[in-house]
Amino acid sequence: MQTEFSSEQQLLRDVVSRALRDKSPPGAVRELMASDRGYDPAVWQELGAGAGLAGVHVPEAWGGAGGGPVELGIVAEEMGRTLFCGPFFASAVMAGNALMEAADESARAELLPGVASGSVIAALVLDDLNSPAAVGGSLRARDDGRLAGTAAIVVDAHVADLLLVVARTGPDLGLHAVGSGAPGLEIEPLQVVDPTRKLSRVTFAGVPARPIGTVGGEALNRTWDLMSSALAHEMIGGAQRLFESTVAYTKERFQFGRPIGSFQALKHRCADLLLEIELARAVTHHAARCLAAGEGEPWAASMAKAAAADAFMSAARAGIQLRGGIGFTWEDDTHLWFKRAKSSEVLLGTPAIHRERMMTMLEGAA
Amino acid sequence: MTPEQIRREVSAWLDANWRIDRPLLEWRNILLEGGWAAPHWPEEWHGRGFTLDQAMVVSEVFREMDVVPAAQVGPRGLASETILACGSDDQKERYLKPILTGEDTWCQLFSEPGSGSDLAGLSTRAEFVDGRWIINGQKVWNTSAHHADFGLLVARTDRDVPKHQGISYFLLDMRQPGVEARPLRQMNGHQSFNEVFMTNAVVSPEDLIGGEGNGWHVAKTTLSFERRGFSRRVRGSSLDGPKQGPIYEEYEEELRIAAEPYTWYPQREGRVDLVLPRARETGAIHDPAVRQQIAKLICLHSGARLAADSAEAGRRAGTTEIIPAGSIGKLAASVIARQASHVHTMISGADALLSGPDSAADGMIAEVLVSVPAISIAGGTDEIQRNIISERVLGMPKGYRADQGPFRDIKRNA
Repeated sequence: MQTEFSSEQQLLRDVVSRALRDKSPPGAVRELMASDRGYDPAVWQELGAGAGLAGVHVPEAWGGAGGGPVELGIVAEEMGRTLFCGPFFASAVMAGNALMEAADESARAELLPGVASGSVIAALVLDDLNSPAAVGGSLRARDDGRLAGTAAIVVDAHVADLLLVVARTGPDLGLHAVGSGAPGLEIEPLQVVDPTRKLSRVTFAGVPARPIGTVGGEALNRTWDLMSSALAHEMIGGAQRLFESTVAYTKERFQFGRPIGSFQALKHRCADLLLEIELARAVTHHAARCLAAGEGEPWAASMAKAAAADAFMSAARAGIQLRGGIGFTWEDDTHLWFKRAKSSEVLLGTPAIHRERMMTMLEGAA
Repeated sequence: MTPEQIRREVSAWLDANWRIDRPLLEWRNILLEGGWAAPHWPEEWHGRGFTLDQAMVVSEVFREMDVVPAAQVGPRGLASETILACGSDDQKERYLKPILTGEDTWCQLFSEPGSGSDLAGLSTRAEFVDGRWIINGQKVWNTSAHHADFGLLVARTDRDVPKHQGISYFLLDMRQPGVEARPLRQMNGHQSFNEVFMTNAVVSPEDLIGGEGNGWHVAKTTLSFERRGFSRRVRGSSLDGPKQGPIYEEYEEELRIAAEPYTWYPQREGRVDLVLPRARETGAIHDPAVRQQIAKLICLHSGARLAADSAEAGRRAGTTEIIPAGSIGKLAASVIARQASHVHTMISGADALLSGPDSAADGMIAEVLVSVPAISIAGGTDEIQRNIISERVLGMPKGYRADQGPFRDIKRNA
């Protein structure tokens, strides 16, 4: 198993970092978060397709760049730094991994190249976003094969060309492909806390669907792990960037005739934050390496999701607190990271849920 | 030399010279003459100029052949490394050999009741009277001082200059009437340290090391070896399993004495290893609140281990500095120990009222609960580590200081 990044992976990080600095500055984030669509198709075309990021983790045979969870993590981490607004998480991370883990061979060959090239935007429809154990409670395939039920929250469904729906099919869970124009399908954009991550309610009233695979417990858990690992990386990137800007602010802001960063109350909080982020980063990188190698602790991804979420929220709280009043204004950018931290903390399971999932893997159920 | 060449050479030499029926001192003298006592030391001082990696190969062969090595445990390692780095040839001549043979033991005389975190604020006086240094003052937290032959002493020789400039570093003979070591009992009941009182103790001019007024620089040298874990060698240098033979008995006794102050150190780190066994044994593993806290502990513990591995890799590649990485690791150890102590408390419940043989894990849990407060103090408090991290890693500005002028004008406790 890898313990450090290879020079190729380091290079990938540098390239992605440079591109995002250029294409996803705070001004662009503000513009996109206020838009209905929530992303810039030209930028997505350039990064997702042109730079190959949408398929960074997809094998070459299916049109991807041939990387894996580690490369996916690198891209997600860099995107998290800049709060990149685009369908990367919904399409590449969620739908892409679900296709690779649960779709049958012919569906992979047919659908993955579009997703991997960024030309098709896919969204993964799950009827529960808290825990894999709770998935399948409300969406089902009827006896006539049509889908019924509601998914209360779906990431980026409003811009998806293709919906991949996990729905109960008899005793099993099945993966189903649905085109965005299918009859009986309703996609309603929702009001959200974090406007950089667009969400919709998706209702299926007897929607015709194509079954493309069976989602066994193992496939669902592994998909959940891959998504959680990528999200943990995204959070670490966000936490690190916000932390850096917060520390920089404490060096510039003067009160009582001295930079506020010279007060121990602030220095010690920053030192604690550095420690929390360092430890969370270490377990996050470790999770991707475990998933890539198929070895290590089975709970590595849950450990990463819990640690990264706690670290990002700590960084977000400190980001506002150390700025004082200005940090609570709409004008200042800090709240953008705070809201991304909150939305990431609860997406795919709160830290408490992941810690319990860890313990269940380690010791069995409570 | 390649590892294989070193291995061959040292094995051949040991085949010809190592015997278990020699007295310990006789063997160590042979070891010194053969040049295998401290191979990473310079050739002119009992060594071979090996790198630390090369010296590790020699240690491996010693362990494989069950050979008793030169004395290296306890604070004596700090003494030898400091003398090698800063001492005169005369000092190296007089002190290094009996350190390696184990004839001399050493202690560190740094902290004082009035200077803990602020070591450079120390006030023990050294005055030059009639051609000798006369020492007056008190030291504290001195491991092994009650049986040490010599002490590494920092004392103030000039009160009219800023505090860092007025310190000198001495090699103090502990076996003299003006030096008294008294055991210090800690809150967990152990006596691992001493207080050392110096009343007109005498040091000859040849035992000033590094020059008058240069003691802070020499002290930093000692501390850098301490941070790199030289004193940690105490644990883990024992030979595998009990060995028969008089020389082993002498050696084991030396190790036992050196290790005695450290028996509770694993407990001050929180005994993370006992958490899951205790949770299973008591059934607390089924309590959702306990499970959350155990999972948090595992997160922290795994994170610290992985981050340390990655810092070590960075250090080898030359991209990470040692000291900030050490401060981060030390702060992490405190956080982990506190969380472990918290979890042990949740698991034990009212059973945590008891200590000793009738209590959980043969008294180990009780010892954890009253030993963990030490880890965030010893070797630099958490607060000092946070200062180091925020200033050296994050580049945050230093606070204003009230101790910049001559030492005699600085406010301090009486």
